Amino acid sequence: MTSATAGGTEPPAAPKSRKSVTGTRRTVAALFLLPAFVLLGALVVYPIGYSVVRSFYDQSGDGFAGMDNYKSLFTDEGIRTALKNNIIWVVFAPTVATALGLIFAVLTERVRWGTAFKLVVFMPMAISMLAAGIIFRLVYDQDPDKGVANAVWVGVHDTFAPSSEFPKAHPGRQSPLEPAGGGAFITKSPVRTGETVLLPLVGVAPDLMPDDAKTAVAAKPEPDKITGTTWQDFTRGKGVGKLGEVDAAELGYAGMKVEAVKDGRVVASATAAGDGTFTLPASADGAQLRLPASNFKEPYNGLDWLGPALVTPSIIGSYIWMWAGFAMVLIAAGLAGVPRELLEAARVDGASEWQVFRRVTVPLLAPVLAVVTVTLMINVLKIFDLVFIIAPGSSQDDANVLALELYRKGFSEDQPGIASAISVFLLLLVIPVMWFNVRRLRREVRR
Amino acid sequence: MRMTSTIRTRWSPQPNEATPQSRRAIRTAATVAAGALALSLTACGGSDNNSTGNTGETEETTNSVNLPKLDGTSLEVAAVWTGTEQANFKKVLQEFENRTGAKVTFVPAQDPIINFIGSKVAGGQPPDIAMLPQPGAIKQAVDKGWAKPLGSDAVKELSENYSQGWQDIGKVGGKPYGVYYKAANKSLIWYNNQVFENAGASEPETWPDLLGTAQTVFDSGVTPFSIGAAEGWTLTDWFENVYLSQAGPEKYDQLAKHEIKWTDPSVKDALTTLAQVWGKPDWIAGGANGALQTDFPASVTQVFTGGDQPKAAMVAAGDFAQVNIPKSMKIGTDAKVFPFPAVGDNGPVVSGGDAAVILEDSKGSQALATWLASPDAATIQAKLGGYLSPNKSVPNSAYPNAVQQKIAKALIDAGDDFRFDMSDQAPQAFGGTPGKGEWKILQDFLKNPKNIAGTQAKLEAEAAAAYGN
Repeated sequence: MTSATAGGTEPPAAPKSRKSVTGTRRTVAALFLLPAFVLLGALVVYPIGYSVVRSFYDQSGDGFAGMDNYKSLFTDEGIRTALKNNIIWVVFAPTVATALGLIFAVLTERVRWGTAFKLVVFMPMAISMLAAGIIFRLVYDQDPDKGVANAVWVGVHDTFAPSSEFPKAHPGRQSPLEPAGGGAFITKSPVRTGETVLLPLVGVAPDLMPDDAKTAVAAKPEPDKITGTTWQDFTRGKGVGKLGEVDAAELGYAGMKVEAVKDGRVVASATAAGDGTFTLPASADGAQLRLPASNFKEPYNGLDWLGPALVTPSIIGSYIWMWAGFAMVLIAAGLAGVPRELLEAARVDGASEWQVFRRVTVPLLAPVLAVVTVTLMINVLKIFDLVFIIAPGSSQDDANVLALELYRKGFSEDQPGIASAISVFLLLLVIPVMWFNVRRLRREVRR
Repeated sequence: MRMTSTIRTRWSPQPNEATPQSRRAIRTAATVAAGALALSLTACGGSDNNSTGNTGETEETTNSVNLPKLDGTSLEVAAVWTGTEQANFKKVLQEFENRTGAKVTFVPAQDPIINFIGSKVAGGQPPDIAMLPQPGAIKQAVDKGWAKPLGSDAVKELSENYSQGWQDIGKVGGKPYGVYYKAANKSLIWYNNQVFENAGASEPETWPDLLGTAQTVFDSGVTPFSIGAAEGWTLTDWFENVYLSQAGPEKYDQLAKHEIKWTDPSVKDALTTLAQVWGKPDWIAGGANGALQTDFPASVTQVFTGGDQPKAAMVAAGDFAQVNIPKSMKIGTDAKVFPFPAVGDNGPVVSGGDAAVILEDSKGSQALATWLASPDAATIQAKLGGYLSPNKSVPNSAYPNAVQQKIAKALIDAGDDFRFDMSDQAPQAFGGTPGKGEWKILQDFLKNPKNIAGTQAKLEAEAAAAYGN
């Protein structure tokens, strides 16, 4: 915003002063400039000046604090995270957005429906940051039923590693089973041939039982074999019923794997039928029965997109979604100005398409690329809304950036001194980038 | 079956499924927006389950309060309430106009209202009365010289209708300033009745009962608890309920003023107790990581959506959670509530509330404060629903449904044993900032409930910095 106003006022000033030979004309010039100066002064210069002054005062604004506020810029944990994240933002967001923009621009030049494609890529620019933030909050939702990102991720994952049938099943009260580590359950005592074994578990909702699950039946003893039942020892609306006994209306765990383990080795295994019954051969005599962990594997829940580790990259992703289109349009405009003959000449000389792109197109576009990157850098330095909206409260300080910290310090923690110091610091960071951009712009105009 | 359900939802934007999905999306979007805009969450509310259609009848309410004639006076009241809540409050103001002849204008304010008032005072046009949500805000208004003490009429009305506890939290330096017009009961647990019936579970009265109920629900195949831990205040509410019930009101007051340290054994006990629930990832919808990304509205909604298989069976949330319960779930039959179980001898009553504070001293503003302290005013709004009054002279039958009556009764029965939300009493940097102080530390604790000593040390360090003692 500052750069725009500066650019807007300077050109009228320059020709006027060159022409003014007499004092009268100078007064007229001053008169015309006055409104602009007053507005600039009141809306830009005064607030900046006051922020600088305020940054030297303490919290209440009464006592002079010297450099204390600036010191806390580099000692406060929150501000340091913000600074670190800002660096990540400034390094990655503009470069990735520009790179993508360049690729889109070069590719769309050759495609028949290039304009339509450009339109689609540019479309997110029409949305406000706030709306984009709300959209991406949903995209990154943890719940695969709501968040697109996790829906895709979980879909891909489940194709290769399907989840199990009984994720939350666990032994109930006074169970003959105990945890065997790693999510498996094992009988406390060994089993003998001719006995029947009961392996009751609870915690699987009736609607989530496998389709082929039938009413559980107590297994009948068979000589030289071990028989048993594994079932859901819980009746809807009635609780466990008779504890550890197969009640009517309780369902068998169809497809539950049962292993007989002797001295840590699996000697026999079986899979439960629809009514939960299973039969093991005599070789399992004296073994403990184990329900392996594969029965209970939790459904894969996708990535914590907005968890502490991934939140900043995720938000940068949403920023790129918005701004790659902007980069593309500017670069495409630059590309239109690149002389065709140069590209043709390179091709005639036998350069491959990649060489043309790398050695001819990119160098010719370098000024445009620089302007786009620098513009995005300025834009990224003041990033606030996306972070504020997308990051949930629990990871907000992991996603913190300077502008957000400024807001938090100034408005929710009532620390206007420190907030002013942050704003001055931000201004100092923006100035070199802005200076670079203005200089480049001027050179462009001269050319 | 689980497999098929995943596939179905992956293809969710099918025409036949689009309605519930997109509706949910819109609601979530709206809540996200609301969450982003409304920064202070203490002043939520505005239930619209006011089914009683007594709009037309201008029934003559019992006249128990003496108000002066104020023809020609005009007054301004500032509050952050919107929607139904604002409309209902305006009816209360309307009755005041009818009785006195004064003209009262409602000034919509933004959160935090204390800053809004600051700008109004600076502009020389403060409203006559403002509804302030925290004791800290009242103190701030008094310290800055904005608030004016209540006159004798208002004090008389206050002492007749309010328990000592409610009078005291409206006082600053022994002088009465605030009339608590609206209260919130934060010691409630809402549950999905269908899930409880399926599991054969019953409403618990003590903490061990609660753990038993949770186990039963878990055994039935439903995750017991939903926690909206993306917003730190839901966790401070859990802590406050456990602490108040376990350590008692005296300790609670001391801790709220930071007279005892957070490294006190009582805090250790409370955290240990909390860890009995928070330490079981299977008991929390989505596990700790999932909970940390669930915001408050979603944490309530997910208990009451999904038919027999909601994401969770219970959610600890104040009376204001009603707004987030889907319309299809009838409050009192499908969505029920029980008081937060007693961890110690008595069940806790943690509350919040909005107090009317006079900013421009005049006969009119004093009369309005008196009116707001009267049972007549509170009864009018109680009948309209979505509102809870700390005024003990309001008949319990004035509340429109059984659930509201139960909530109100719990609040009034607590007498002076209720306590105001501790994090609302703390400096904002400690008790009210996302990603900082108590909010953040309890979020970390939810992630790692074994680290009790470390959590206490961090709480104490941050509290010492924020309280400055």
